[in-house]
Amino acid sequence: MNLITSLGLAVSALLRNRMRSLLTTLGVVIGVAAVIVMQAMGAGTTELVTAEISSFGSNMLVVVPGGDGGMFGGSLLSAPLFSDADLEAITRECDAVRYVSASGTRSVRVVKGEKSHSTTLSGVSPAYFAIREWSTDAGRALNEDDERQAAKRCVIGHTVATELFGGQDPLDQEFRLHDFTCTVVGVAEAKGTSAFGMDQDDLVFLPHSTFNRRILGDTKIGSIIISTVSAERTDEAIQQLQSLMRQRRRIRPGDEDDFRVRDMREVQEMLGNVTGVLTTLLAGVAAISLIVGGIGIMNIMLVSVTERTREIGVRMAVGARSRDILQQFLIEAMVLSSLGGLLGVLIGTGLSVVVSRALELPLMLPFKAMLIAFAFSLLVGVIFGVFPARKAARLRPIEALRYE
Amino acid sequence: MRSRSDAAAELDAIEERAIEERAIEERAPPLLSLRGVTKVYGQGDAAVHALRGVDIEIEAGEFVSIQGTSGSGKSTMMNIIGCLDAATAGEYRMEGELVSELPPDVLAALRNSRIGFIFQGFNLLRRTSSAANVELPLIYAGVPRIERTRKAYAALAAVGLAGRERATSSELSGGQQQRVAIARALVNDPELILADEPTGNLDSRTSAEIMDILTALNRERGITIVMVTHDQEIADYADRHVFFHDGQIRSDTRDRDRVGVERRAPEERRA
Repeated sequence: MNLITSLGLAVSALLRNRMRSLLTTLGVVIGVAAVIVMQAMGAGTTELVTAEISSFGSNMLVVVPGGDGGMFGGSLLSAPLFSDADLEAITRECDAVRYVSASGTRSVRVVKGEKSHSTTLSGVSPAYFAIREWSTDAGRALNEDDERQAAKRCVIGHTVATELFGGQDPLDQEFRLHDFTCTVVGVAEAKGTSAFGMDQDDLVFLPHSTFNRRILGDTKIGSIIISTVSAERTDEAIQQLQSLMRQRRRIRPGDEDDFRVRDMREVQEMLGNVTGVLTTLLAGVAAISLIVGGIGIMNIMLVSVTERTREIGVRMAVGARSRDILQQFLIEAMVLSSLGGLLGVLIGTGLSVVVSRALELPLMLPFKAMLIAFAFSLLVGVIFGVFPARKAARLRPIEALRYE
Repeated sequence: MRSRSDAAAELDAIEERAIEERAIEERAPPLLSLRGVTKVYGQGDAAVHALRGVDIEIEAGEFVSIQGTSGSGKSTMMNIIGCLDAATAGEYRMEGELVSELPPDVLAALRNSRIGFIFQGFNLLRRTSSAANVELPLIYAGVPRIERTRKAYAALAAVGLAGRERATSSELSGGQQQRVAIARALVNDPELILADEPTGNLDSRTSAEIMDILTALNRERGITIVMVTHDQEIADYADRHVFFHDGQIRSDTRDRDRVGVERRAPEERRA
């Protein structure tokens, strides 16, 4: 019996039980669809994060205190912070660096009349806006005068503007911040929600000097943000920063840095790892559901073999050999599972489109994952089809014929 | 004188040739031959002796009915003849070839090409068209699709079911279903048809139709038919009647008046 004939037999046998066949494939459908949606979401998120990170300015570097211990680890507490002198030294000595800005962040409550709002306060140097390639939608950015005077002037994000001033023009308006009153000189360019769900317009920028004097009561600098002369010179800039800071912080040769220069590629890589781990985990879950789907197919095939024992007997009586019966049931299982795979690919693709729309993610259809998921579903069919098919093929003709 | 002796010599020669021919005919092995066939189900105290040493020969072209009470071993013998079951002991030969020692795949091929089965319960595949049912043996014979369809249609036409090729078994009457089964048994041009109570589920008028078809197959196509039945009227269609009792053949008689039976050698008959 050739393969096409077998396929025809299998399809017509499955069509005889349309509803059951469809329900049997459901496990595989869900498994494959899950794989595809997970992969699409993972790829979409990665794409979004990558785009966002490059929007920070691809030439951006951040110098933070603390050793090599990941983003939040390390000896952050024991390592000394930076000073204005460090900023000046960097500006003076590192020729691969274009702009330098101090940066400090606090959570703060802002009040205007009856209205109050909790937001993120950043103390930054005027160069910060150039580094982030961030302009203003209204008014102006912070300038050198503001910094020098430690002025009580600020640039606010759109969310803060809406929360405090409603529909009114916030420019030159005053509001209370911490324990002083400050004047709005600009509204930062809208950035929307980040990949991590953070509202990037919910913030207030103060000159770093004001931030230090009024908020911290200190002259230290939490982190330094830098933009390099060009993307090509990023590595050079890192080198320069590292040797300068080691020297300034008097770190002996052989000792570890008590600061870190972080570039966005690194952040990107780390995020890539995180999404990679997540994607792998989800793919694992999806693979398990595929296996469960395979067990479902095996179950129904076993029922089918029992139900069709007489049919098997008749087929054997008219000349079917064991391997013809084996082939028939194996192909039935494979047709079931690959049908499930196909439906899963279609449904997964549809769901990916819908979900990426809903989450405003870029649509990244994982063609490789589709192919792998489909191949896997076929494999599941073979693996879980063998046992019932062997059971059928091993029946003795007379017993199969007599089966009631 | 001389001419007389010449004539006598001529007659002798003719007679001699006839004897020779008969000898050759007799030396050719019968289509089916069972020698000391026994079948035991189970073991020890629970053992059931379904067949206790059956000897029978069936020549090509015979129409044999097998009768007996239930449990007499007639169905067991049919299963052994049909290569669906193996004997516990004894020899089963088909045209002299020892069937009892053939591997399963060869038996499958043998069933496919040389034996057609007709069952009491028809055993058609449900929700399957009559043509597809009839095609079944051709599929396993490796016949290409177009040829399969052509042969299936021809076989259905031969049993008077032209025009009903696409009907599924639920759309057919019992008699029609059994005719589909006959077409299925016929489609591979077998030498032997084994019918197990072919009219058991049918009324007497339909039974007569089915028996007419089987008789015609025997008379016109020379297909050997072995049929199990408990109905004497149905058994009367056959030319040879074998009665089973308690796993053994109790009687084996031939009708003399039927054409095609007379050439059988008398010594082959049993009382």
